Amino acid sequence: MSGHRGFARGGSAIVGAATFGIGACPGLAPVDMAARAALMALADAGMALGEVDALYTSAPHEALGGLELAEYLGLAPRVTDCNRTGGSAFEVYVQQAALALEAGLIDCALIAYGANPASNPPPAVGMTRQSPWEAPYRPLAPISSYALAASRHMHLYGTTRAQLAEVAVAARQWARLNPEAALRDPLTIEDVLAARMVSDPLGVRDCCLFNDGAAAIVMVRAERARDCARRPVAVLGAAHAVTHREISSMPDLTVTGAAISGPQAFAQAGVGPGDIDVAMLYDAFTITPILFLEDLGFCPKGEGGRFVAGGHVAPGGGLALNTNGGGLSCVHPGMYGLFLLVEAVRQLRGEAGEQLRRRDGIGITRRQIGDEPGAAFLAQRCEAALDAAHSVSSGSACRVRRSSASPRALTV
Amino acid sequence: MSAMSQPPPLPHPEAEWRAHLAAGRFMLQRSRASGAFVFYPRIAQPGTGAQDLEWVPACGEGRIHAATLVRRRNPAESYNVVLVDLAEGPRLMSRVDGIAADAVTIGMPVKARIIEEEGQPLLVFVPA
Repeated sequence: MSGHRGFARGGSAIVGAATFGIGACPGLAPVDMAARAALMALADAGMALGEVDALYTSAPHEALGGLELAEYLGLAPRVTDCNRTGGSAFEVYVQQAALALEAGLIDCALIAYGANPASNPPPAVGMTRQSPWEAPYRPLAPISSYALAASRHMHLYGTTRAQLAEVAVAARQWARLNPEAALRDPLTIEDVLAARMVSDPLGVRDCCLFNDGAAAIVMVRAERARDCARRPVAVLGAAHAVTHREISSMPDLTVTGAAISGPQAFAQAGVGPGDIDVAMLYDAFTITPILFLEDLGFCPKGEGGRFVAGGHVAPGGGLALNTNGGGLSCVHPGMYGLFLLVEAVRQLRGEAGEQLRRRDGIGITRRQIGDEPGAAFLAQRCEAALDAAHSVSSGSACRVRRSSASPRALTV
Repeated sequence: MSAMSQPPPLPHPEAEWRAHLAAGRFMLQRSRASGAFVFYPRIAQPGTGAQDLEWVPACGEGRIHAATLVRRRNPAESYNVVLVDLAEGPRLMSRVDGIAADAVTIGMPVKARIIEEEGQPLLVFVPA
């Protein structure tokens, strides 16, 4: 019980996944985008809108976003949430939905999000207040928070800007294989190092995009998942942790919440970092995947910079990281966590076309767990670049792989 | 319940801290029971919930824990933003004045200084 923390390994599955409007989506409101992605995810699952009885969203500018989307879709959910844990809200929702499904409180969870800050600039007055303990010093929100964490990591462990740049270059190389990605032109280490500095040691190419995009996933219990249109992706574990809000209150600038939530999710799933085929780690800034790789045990603390060097997380490297191109090169509309989930689902399904080439055609190492591939998600808290200061924090992790409960997987 | 039986209103911790700063005093809260210092000011000690916080003068000494240089396009000047580890234990965000903005280094000893900026008292640090 203590290791699993009450989580039912494989008791629920993701059966539908979709993205919509990535890059530029002018002319729509965020709720339109979330609704469109939601309907696409339901169609992907072969399910009807009327089957949804739980709704989880995190609207970019609307505090009552859960009510807004339920009304828009004409739903009367048993569970409605619009949490504010930042970009990782959607990983938290996977945990919450799995638990509600297991308890029998709900039968079908819809997790949806949309935002188009590039086409539809956010209101000048956001929903978050500026910290009175930080704002007078004019940090760039949220970039300077991550810059401070990066400065500490470089000081303690000798991490270099070139190692940070490896993360951006690997993301771009993955993005070049993804027709959906916003940035697909070539990018070199030298380009990243020569780019305009924003908040040292971070330059503009160390920072994620701020573009448009929507995504949605659908979750049901494992037994219902067998009847869905697509191969289900079982949720094996999910945990989250909150460590702080502002960077000046982060207990340790080089240790994220993933150091807490990661081991919990791994214990629930019964696997470790060596079993992971594809890792989707929230890359709001180049420092963040480095911290997560350490905190999740892919390498020792302090070794993240050296771990990513030499193209190790790029196509053809030792670990497939952020295969959609990440927040750095694919999409980041302010909150990115749901896009991590959709990409992991696509990878685990082994979908055809460019997705399959991305996974199989580039020579990614595919460590096997039995005969099934695995993936890990981890997202950290991050808010829209125009919001108040945020920081490297609040890891949430979950892990999925092909459902051993699905007839197809049982025959593999 | 009569008005007489109600507890006195709590002073707003942030307002109290700023009033001290305006009077030229850099103050920290400290738990009487544990002796632990608290920053930023609040109505109870984080973690324990102890409501026995008292104001004590900070010694003003600290070291740079982390630093960034915020770049501005010319002619605006770039400036530093730092996290300072206070000698008493808490960490806070601030700026180092009296040195080139890009010359701040992690581990550098600094001391507190109260200046006025945009009509408000502001806590900054200078090299020790």
